[in-house]
Amino acid sequence: MSKLADWLKNPGVLAAAPASIFLLVGFAGPLLMVFGYSFMPSRTFALNHLPTLENYYSVFSDSYYISFLWSLFLAALTVILLFPICYPIAYGMAKLFGKWTNLVTALIAVPLLISENIRLFGWVLVLLKNGILDGTLQSLLGISLSGFLYTVPSILLGLVYVYLPFMLFPMVIGISMIPDPLKEAAFDLGASRWQVFREIELPLAMPGILIGAILTFILAMGSLAESKILGGQAVVMIADDIESAFTFAQNWPKGSVLSVLLIALSGLIVFVLFRRIDLDQIIGRR
Amino acid sequence: MKTVGSSRTTQKFIWIWTSAVILFLYIPMFAVILASFSTQRYFRFPIQSFTTKWYTKTLESLSVRDLLWTSISVAALVTFFSVLLAFFGALAFARYDWKGRKLYQRLVLLPIFFPQAVLGLSLLLWFSALGITTSWQTAVFAQMIWIVPIVILIMSIQAYSFDPALEEAAFDLGATRWQVLREVTLPILAPGVVSGSIFAFLLSWGNFPLSLFSTGADQTVPEWLYAKMVSGYTPMVPTLGSLTMSSAALMLLLAYLVWLATGGRKRRAQAFTSSED
Repeated sequence: MSKLADWLKNPGVLAAAPASIFLLVGFAGPLLMVFGYSFMPSRTFALNHLPTLENYYSVFSDSYYISFLWSLFLAALTVILLFPICYPIAYGMAKLFGKWTNLVTALIAVPLLISENIRLFGWVLVLLKNGILDGTLQSLLGISLSGFLYTVPSILLGLVYVYLPFMLFPMVIGISMIPDPLKEAAFDLGASRWQVFREIELPLAMPGILIGAILTFILAMGSLAESKILGGQAVVMIADDIESAFTFAQNWPKGSVLSVLLIALSGLIVFVLFRRIDLDQIIGRR
Repeated sequence: MKTVGSSRTTQKFIWIWTSAVILFLYIPMFAVILASFSTQRYFRFPIQSFTTKWYTKTLESLSVRDLLWTSISVAALVTFFSVLLAFFGALAFARYDWKGRKLYQRLVLLPIFFPQAVLGLSLLLWFSALGITTSWQTAVFAQMIWIVPIVILIMSIQAYSFDPALEEAAFDLGATRWQVLREVTLPILAPGVVSGSIFAFLLSWGNFPLSLFSTGADQTVPEWLYAKMVSGYTPMVPTLGSLTMSSAALMLLLAYLVWLATGGRKRRAQAFTSSED
């Protein structure tokens, strides 16, 4: 008992308490409740019914797997596209840009502070029929490219655009953890550039790359605005389904089941990969 | 700068690629600003004639004033409470050594790694189950779930460079815990507090997915923009969008200038202490 009392007196525990309690109430609480609702009978608004699995059955037998697959597919494709886009920049920021690194960082971070839907709306203006891209092509070359907005590629463009910094910044930290002498030694021993990349750079930068990839993947999995603003009705992603179950359909248990499945899938990925990463080493490095 | 194994061509390629991607990141912003000056009600490119009438209209609109006021109130409260919670949260994250810290570090960052739309909907459920009517005040709570962890992360970077000996010295000299906090810990973490506040304010100012489900009858600027984009488009969308963007840019610029000014003071202070040694 006194052990517990000693632990509670530790300044670290005291300092952790306010934020922890806040997140317990505002984060753990709602999620537990969503979990609870997922076992309630369809279209009920209280937690006092007998638990049932009927919502899980109905979700699994319905066509929701299609929006799950779309979300998985688009999120995976976003990560795959962002890797080659970000790697050269991350490499430059970690090893090449020197005093310019701060400026490059700022230029890439500033858009993050501007509302996502304003930026996506900007893309609508670019891709719109008679919009900036279409209008320019028409007046310069006389060709029309009006069919791009409200398609799967335009959603993908939105995802790649919005989540680029989330992939990039952890990658920079990862790459800066590669000691240069190690690469020199490998080159001296006759390794090719590809070998150095695959055998030395990639494994050493992996923690950062992984964090970026997980972050991007999960945020893209649960994204809502991209498919709504840039996708029109082209594809229904899982967050759309969750939203309509909670709002229009007023079916909380069904929305809860879909949320639980999305959270479980994302949570599994985070937890498995996070266990192999030491946060002190990555954040405290500076 | 020593660069191993990257030839001149590779270096050139990296520079060009980085510049191109940065340009790509700013394309939509330019598009919005461009559209805000177009005379036509529905955007067409190339633009036939330019006007500032939408700005006059937007600034005169009473409903826009309401939106701005709601957004500012939410952002101000989010900033204050997030920084307060995150200050101690960051100390627990980076400064103190305690049993359970590794677990705390992982759990406290979880909300950042969580799809915001789903979080917003869960909170909507939570509020209605608790019998709380959603309004802009509940949006403050909702946004904080996502913003507090981010501010903790930002302030931890500062807290990691903290030298515990400074606090210990103050304790040895007979300072109380409160005095140490106010006279030693707070000044050292001040740069983190400033950058944490800026991030908190701007992230709240631009937040959409969490506000969407937690503001009830009230509306923030990003919500209004979204509603008008989806149906009932008006040229005030790009105009208010441009205004929001420029206010964020202005704030960042101000913060940068303040940082330059205080950075200079810090360097002088360091020079002073090292000459004391």
